[in-house]
Amino acid sequence: MSQTDDSESWDLEIEPASGFFDLNWREIWQYRDLIALFVRRDIVATYKQTILGPIWFFVQPILTTITYVVIFGNVAGISTGGIPKILFYLAGITLWNYFQECLMKTSDTFILNQNLFGKVYFPRLAAPISVVISNLFKFFIQLGLFLVAWMYFLIQPENDVNPNITLLLFPLYVLLMSGLGFSFGVLISSLTTKYRDLRFLIQFGVQLLMYGTPIVYPLSIVPEKYRLLLLANPITSIVEAFKYSFLGEGYFSWLWLAYSFIFMVVCLLLSILVFNRVEKTFMDTV
Amino acid sequence: MSETAIKVEKLSKLYQLGEISTGTLSRDLTRWWAGVRGKEDPYRKIGQTNDRTTQGTSDFVWALQDISFEVKKGEILGIIGRNGAGKSTLLKILSRVTKPTTGRIRVRGRMASLLEVGTGFHPELTGRENIFLNGAILGMRKEEIRSKLDEIVDFAGVERYLDTPVKRYSSGMYVRLAFAVAAHLEPEILIVDEVLAVGDAEFQKKCLGKMKDVSENDGRTVLFVSHNMEAVRKLCNRGIVLQNGRITENGKTEYILESYLNNNVSKKYQYQWNDENGRIYDWLILKSIQIVDVDEKILRLISTDHDFDIEIKYDIINANKGLGFTISFWNLSGEIIFQTISNNETNYYGKNLEKGSYVTSCKIPRFMLNQGSYFISLNIFEYGYQNSYLIKEILLVDIQDGQLIRKDYKGSLLGYFRPMINWKSTLKK
Repeated sequence: MSQTDDSESWDLEIEPASGFFDLNWREIWQYRDLIALFVRRDIVATYKQTILGPIWFFVQPILTTITYVVIFGNVAGISTGGIPKILFYLAGITLWNYFQECLMKTSDTFILNQNLFGKVYFPRLAAPISVVISNLFKFFIQLGLFLVAWMYFLIQPENDVNPNITLLLFPLYVLLMSGLGFSFGVLISSLTTKYRDLRFLIQFGVQLLMYGTPIVYPLSIVPEKYRLLLLANPITSIVEAFKYSFLGEGYFSWLWLAYSFIFMVVCLLLSILVFNRVEKTFMDTV
Repeated sequence: MSETAIKVEKLSKLYQLGEISTGTLSRDLTRWWAGVRGKEDPYRKIGQTNDRTTQGTSDFVWALQDISFEVKKGEILGIIGRNGAGKSTLLKILSRVTKPTTGRIRVRGRMASLLEVGTGFHPELTGRENIFLNGAILGMRKEEIRSKLDEIVDFAGVERYLDTPVKRYSSGMYVRLAFAVAAHLEPEILIVDEVLAVGDAEFQKKCLGKMKDVSENDGRTVLFVSHNMEAVRKLCNRGIVLQNGRITENGKTEYILESYLNNNVSKKYQYQWNDENGRIYDWLILKSIQIVDVDEKILRLISTDHDFDIEIKYDIINANKGLGFTISFWNLSGEIIFQTISNNETNYYGKNLEKGSYVTSCKIPRFMLNQGSYFISLNIFEYGYQNSYLIKEILLVDIQDGQLIRKDYKGSLLGYFRPMINWKSTLKK
């Protein structure tokens, strides 16, 4: 009996954690319904039992924009490079919010899903993937808000808003932001299962990273000698290119966009690799 | 023989005890460095057998060690063991929640595990939304769930509440809905934890019934992990016993249950009350109950060939009440073998008792019970059958095989009894 068993095919083999990159993409595809349902759950559950519902998606960026206009624009008097202040901050906030949400929410993957992961098997990567997608939904709603404001300024000729052909690159910006947010978050989530210390650093680290990205100021007012340092941050060139495409003012560079892209790919591979390692035994250490 | 559904080979799992925080980084580095040089993991060597009752000297224990077994298609395999024997670890590895340290498992067919019902239920979502979510978590495709939606709703009986958030459900409805989803999941192999059987009796019955159903009618394989022997006995054809991370028994359910009880439950030939818990009435203090031989010595070895006495010692501290006892014998499968009552002792029955120390005993005759283990339960009552006080399984005795009946026959004599039956042969011309 056992001889014939060995020669026959088995549907599933459970073996000790081995191999560095044995991620089963087909399996993730098989579980695409689960990812879709996770996304649905995240979106539906967030605003259940609220009166305003999805309108809350608008409230936060509007309030943040007003705050920034007052503090950074008027009190501190930071230049926005000729772009209307509201539009300038709204653009930065919309884009940054997406990145930050992706990062923060995926960085809690293991700890938040401890119970679920401890009880049933499904490709673990489904959880962070669904987070990125459900945040994409939120991002598009907030982008709608930005677009409304953008149109408003666009039809008033006295404003200096010059969208251009690079607008076609918009999907690339979203891809880059998703990829970076996802891979940072997943990397952190993998490391926090064992070393909880990192969790305390994230809040602070994300805040710091925002000031290291031209969100509340344009890259153009940064002194030349620091500019390279800022551009080493892969998000800088994306934010700047986004502003350039929509508003006509910003630093657009194919070179630095390529840099961001490569950075994202490397991070993505690294994070999935680490995640994959951790996923197999995280229940023992979490 | 039917084909193998699950094959487990030399499976082991190492766990680290204690805090996993300080020191892990350096330990990880040591481990990593050993790995880089192609050496064996230095911490793996010091793993100890997992016995939670003894203080280990190492921080690493083997929760499972060299587990090998096979499950055939259509079989219901019971896995039993004490708490900490490694059941949950085995379950976790089988459900792919965690990976084994060494060894492998090979599986033929779609496998789903139910370690909990309602995993991933979100309180804010409606019943319908949760059915889809839970189904998808358990590995079902959307169309699959949609096609079974009516059946699931019907089974759970929550039609009216289908579009109400589950946080508004009663706990019974919640569990029913969760189980309904799980029950309509149709894997070829189902792994079930005993926690599933928690709930009211009706629900337990439904769960166990459904499991038996899927195995018998649909030819699906079930792995049932439990320390509820009753459930294992009812459900499983075959079982394995885990003890300290190793398989100690593997075979037919009746046999393994017998040996599980023999090894894991120590025999009790005597039970002593202290002054507090022995005072069951304000006029009676129980002292002890024991199995004794004819010379009133406590017996540790009972044979089918000899009489033995069950003796109860007690003090009456206030006169003017009558007392009675019943004693019952149960086999390990939970069936009652017989019960006896003290009423046929004519000068005790119905009499008011004086103050003093008493010994009441009943003689269990030889050539009555077959060899095996028996639980003894004691029931005490005031005359008139008032205020009865039941102590279940107060003693556990072994009755050993004697030779007076079977002579040199080495095989076993089956049944509940070992009576001395008179045989008679005559030669008719």
